[in-house]
Amino acid sequence: MARLHEYQGKELLKKRKVPVPKGSVASSPDEARRIAEEIGDEVMVKAQVWVTGRAGMGGIKRAANPEEAEAIAQQMLGMAAKGFVVEQVLVEERLDIEREFYAGVIIDDRARAPVVIFSSTGGTGIEEIAREHPDKVARVEVDIVEGLQDYQARDLVRRVGIHGRLLRDLGGLVKNLYDVARTFEARAAEINPLVVTRDGKLYAADCRITVDDYAVFRHPDLGIEIAREFDRPPTELEKIAYQVEAEDYRGTFYFIQMADDFGRGEGYIGFHGAGGGGSMMSMDALLSRDYKLATYVDTSGNPPASKVYRAARIVLSLPGIDGYFASGSGVASQEQFHSARGFVKAFLEQRLSVPAVIRLGGNMEEKAIEILERAAPEIPAPLEAYGKDDTADFCAERLDNLIKEGKIKDLPMPAPRPETREPYTFESPTGTVTYDHAICDTCESKVCVETCVRQILKLEDGRPMLDISREDAKRGRCIECLACEVECQFEGKGGGFVDLPIPGLGEYRKSLVKH
Amino acid sequence: MSILIDEQKRVLVQGITGREGRARTVLMKEYGTSVVAGCTPGRGGEEVEGIPVFDTVLEAWEEAGPLGVSVLFIPAPLVKSAALEAIDAGVKLLVIIPDRVPIYDVLVIAKAAQEAGARFVGPNTLGVLSPDKAVLGMIGGRAASARSWFFPGPVGVTSRSGGITSAMAYYLAQEGIGATTLIHVGGDAVVGLPHPEVVKLFEADPDTKAVVMFGEIGTSQEEQVADLIEAGQFTKPLVAFIGGKAAKSGTRFSHAGAIIEGGRGTHEGKVQRLREVGAVVVDSFGDIPKATKEVLQKLDS
Repeated sequence: MARLHEYQGKELLKKRKVPVPKGSVASSPDEARRIAEEIGDEVMVKAQVWVTGRAGMGGIKRAANPEEAEAIAQQMLGMAAKGFVVEQVLVEERLDIEREFYAGVIIDDRARAPVVIFSSTGGTGIEEIAREHPDKVARVEVDIVEGLQDYQARDLVRRVGIHGRLLRDLGGLVKNLYDVARTFEARAAEINPLVVTRDGKLYAADCRITVDDYAVFRHPDLGIEIAREFDRPPTELEKIAYQVEAEDYRGTFYFIQMADDFGRGEGYIGFHGAGGGGSMMSMDALLSRDYKLATYVDTSGNPPASKVYRAARIVLSLPGIDGYFASGSGVASQEQFHSARGFVKAFLEQRLSVPAVIRLGGNMEEKAIEILERAAPEIPAPLEAYGKDDTADFCAERLDNLIKEGKIKDLPMPAPRPETREPYTFESPTGTVTYDHAICDTCESKVCVETCVRQILKLEDGRPMLDISREDAKRGRCIECLACEVECQFEGKGGGFVDLPIPGLGEYRKSLVKH
Repeated sequence: MSILIDEQKRVLVQGITGREGRARTVLMKEYGTSVVAGCTPGRGGEEVEGIPVFDTVLEAWEEAGPLGVSVLFIPAPLVKSAALEAIDAGVKLLVIIPDRVPIYDVLVIAKAAQEAGARFVGPNTLGVLSPDKAVLGMIGGRAASARSWFFPGPVGVTSRSGGITSAMAYYLAQEGIGATTLIHVGGDAVVGLPHPEVVKLFEADPDTKAVVMFGEIGTSQEEQVADLIEAGQFTKPLVAFIGGKAAKSGTRFSHAGAIIEGGRGTHEGKVQRLREVGAVVVDSFGDIPKATKEVLQKLDS
């Protein structure tokens, strides 16, 4: 889930009239001092990282004066906290706290509705309080269309024994918290602690807001880089992969880098699954053979071949993997030959140098296996393909054997793609298709036209051309099945080529070479 | 019998002119589903695979006759509007295929469905299939595959993973066990027809003798099934496998999540709770066919 930093959450709360302590975020010790000067009193300096228990690791400290605030910020900035590096600190007025509460909004899968929770005791250990003192915690289900009503919020607070002006004030605040959650489509929005100060004022002293990944596109102003929960900052490859995912809605593409800084021979496998359930079992099959996962990738939901190609290219950009394992549920509904062509294009371009076992069981698996097996002799490393009657366990065993055998074919480097003499080009949804008609003139098979899944090509004077408008091809009539390249390469003369850019990957690979 | 879908129900496809809509309409039609209309705003008057396309759902209803089911192949950001349109027109079962539908949109759909007495499967679902009768969505991918993989029989199949829905039914079929209906409830946290709702439907279906369920960590669907068994509202034998044992922990949404879940959602918790009430929980996915066979044999004797 897309988590917001405390200071970002507080900005949203403030906009919706939930009072927050006076303060601001700083990226340098100097800035921290200036903010403290402006506040003109004791301040709190709080590290802005997505971890719990900040106080325990020195991430929340009190500063008596601006100089102290500067010194503390100096310590905190650059500090590592559970894998995250502190890049910002929040400097805010210190509150004179009399009492702490808890308020939260979450989506309850059973009720299929948002639920607002309020506790008369806040601070750490709120789960235990809820378990041991249910009388201190009240909750209310919210009608998604009508929203949380003022009276419901007041009654929520009343049920944990709060009365008088405090009831009115807290009721109003809880209602505003719900509105923040609803407006920004939060999976969870919590204020803990919600405090009342000795002079009787309410403040959200801390807050955690997690925005629904699937709704991030509606809130560009939140500036969320990757809409996904990581327990560490995203890696470069993850950022590259997320761009691919974000720009192509067809099918699922999910990429997580599970390991960093490893080398050949350490047993890390590029894992590429399809569908959560089958992937889990396939990963278990690897783990039980003492392999480790370099990646968790999921391309499912009928992705185009181009997406599988990009996923494979990204996985293969990890230089230390010992093998490539693609395996899903085994009985997929999606037409598996699309994925097969994506793999073949990636493996050929990358001159795959580690063994790969690809289990593409399911719809049209015979064709998928044929496409992969046809390409195997052209690829230096061993490549095996299996279907639904071969279990994930068996396939993991095969990969294990291939890695142990360590046989790599000595293939000559392929000649670089010759300059296109008579280019015919059109755009696909995410790339460019090019034919060299000079080569096409020497080709008798015209396999590109026959195998084009959506039949959008025709022959004119024996040369392949679009049979639809360029706009339609770009808009999605071309589904990037990659037949025009892969089939052409094996059954034709190699005149067709599909360029599928992956922004940032080239630079990433160059940076690896430098290191 | 079967649940949710058979060859009689009249089906609308929303988003029929898109890449997925078109491809899956072929599958549905060839498998036996009675697809009678499609809907894509602005494309009314066209035809897809011989099926008339209308601009609005209401128009489809007026021109093509009453519609029992709508299958949505619509980009996620537009799903809410399309679903509300179908519910408003009077469609009582929606199958919402796409993933990445914003969760607050799902809540709004759930509320509208509840008020209209309608149901929805998904979002993020592969769909529903009743062997040799009809399919909604994309299970099987092609009619020929679906026909060779699944056949009718006594077991209801319900799964939280799409691929596993087909895989379970296929591996059961390899052991000679057929199914009444397979349903992928959808992979998201909030779905229209979670496991407990599905098993209630299987309970009411006389031809379903036993249910096979693929559960996963997170949410409380499997625990709710256990509650139904305990309360005597689901009385048929249940064979279950819970995935995600190796995962570190389910996705946790903060303290509030923990308060709501109150200890539910974990792998051990689900397995233990289901075993307590007498369900057969297998430790290995591969054991499902054997366990199901034993359960069915016991019923016969």
